[in-house]
Amino acid sequence: MDEVKIIEIKQSVFSANDRQAEQLRADLKQKGIFLLNLMSSPGSGKTTTLTKTIAALKDEFTIGVMEADIDSDVDAKTIAATGAKSIQLHTGGMCHLDAGMTRQGLEALDTSDVELAILENVGNLVCPAEFDTGASKNAMILSVPEGADKPLKYPLMFSICDVVLINKIDVMPYFDFDLEQCKRNILMRNPKAMIIPICAKTGEGIELWADWLRAEVTAWKNDK
Amino acid sequence: MHELGIVFNIIDTIEQIAKEQSLTQVASVTVQVGEVSTVIPHYLEDCWKWAVKKTDIMKECKLIHEPIEAITFCEDCAQTYRTVDFGKTCPHCGSEHTYLVVGNEVQIKEIEAV
Repeated sequence: MDEVKIIEIKQSVFSANDRQAEQLRADLKQKGIFLLNLMSSPGSGKTTTLTKTIAALKDEFTIGVMEADIDSDVDAKTIAATGAKSIQLHTGGMCHLDAGMTRQGLEALDTSDVELAILENVGNLVCPAEFDTGASKNAMILSVPEGADKPLKYPLMFSICDVVLINKIDVMPYFDFDLEQCKRNILMRNPKAMIIPICAKTGEGIELWADWLRAEVTAWKNDK
Repeated sequence: MHELGIVFNIIDTIEQIAKEQSLTQVASVTVQVGEVSTVIPHYLEDCWKWAVKKTDIMKECKLIHEPIEAITFCEDCAQTYRTVDFGKTCPHCGSEHTYLVVGNEVQIKEIEAV
């Protein structure tokens, strides 16, 4: 019988995924496709925010949306109603999408004519932060009813996002939500975060968010 | 339950290494888990037992878990402290200008293989 040997590995468990994510990002860059990874807790308003975002940008870019959930296709149907191309991805019980699943999703979506691809990740503030999907930029939504203390409790999610949208600001008076404190909590974890208060329902702040996204998509394409 | 995703990642990495080094059986994998990595070793173990059965070369493979203590450094008073006890706020001077030095990693340290 062969002898058992000890082989030193010293590799992050995320390194395989990180490599796939870098490869996907490079492939997307070469094709001029911008991929936004949108994350948040369940019920923070990802789908409503997306429908407003699509309405603001659909005349400028061809948009494709991947809805990742554990089950059902209600979100994909809502997005399809906006006229944007959409598909539903099921994660088979997993709480997040990794780079390999994102690549498969993009293939299923058929991105040949897509300029702005959006991944609506599984509603969860913990796991999706651990797995690089290969996205060009990461964005998250924190909604007012969740509370201003969430950046303290889920620091990793806030630290990896380029943009934090604070949604449902119309109900701020009912929740004793301190917007300035919330911004300080976010910036302490991530000094580079762009923070945009919005109300997806009324459309407040959506223009500012659309401006940011437009500039990023354009820069991504021009910098091929 | 991102432990399941992590287990799949570990298995993928090991299978790749096994292929490169022509290993036929892997007896154990030692994983170092930081105290603030958000990975719960007990869940990792459960997912592991389920997932290795579906592989060819790791069916009986043991998962050995080594914790890594989390340490935070304070930029204002230049001292370190245990992250798990005090979080983001320095217990020496009360500052919040602190950053994690070690303790959020999940790393495959070594494997025992034939």
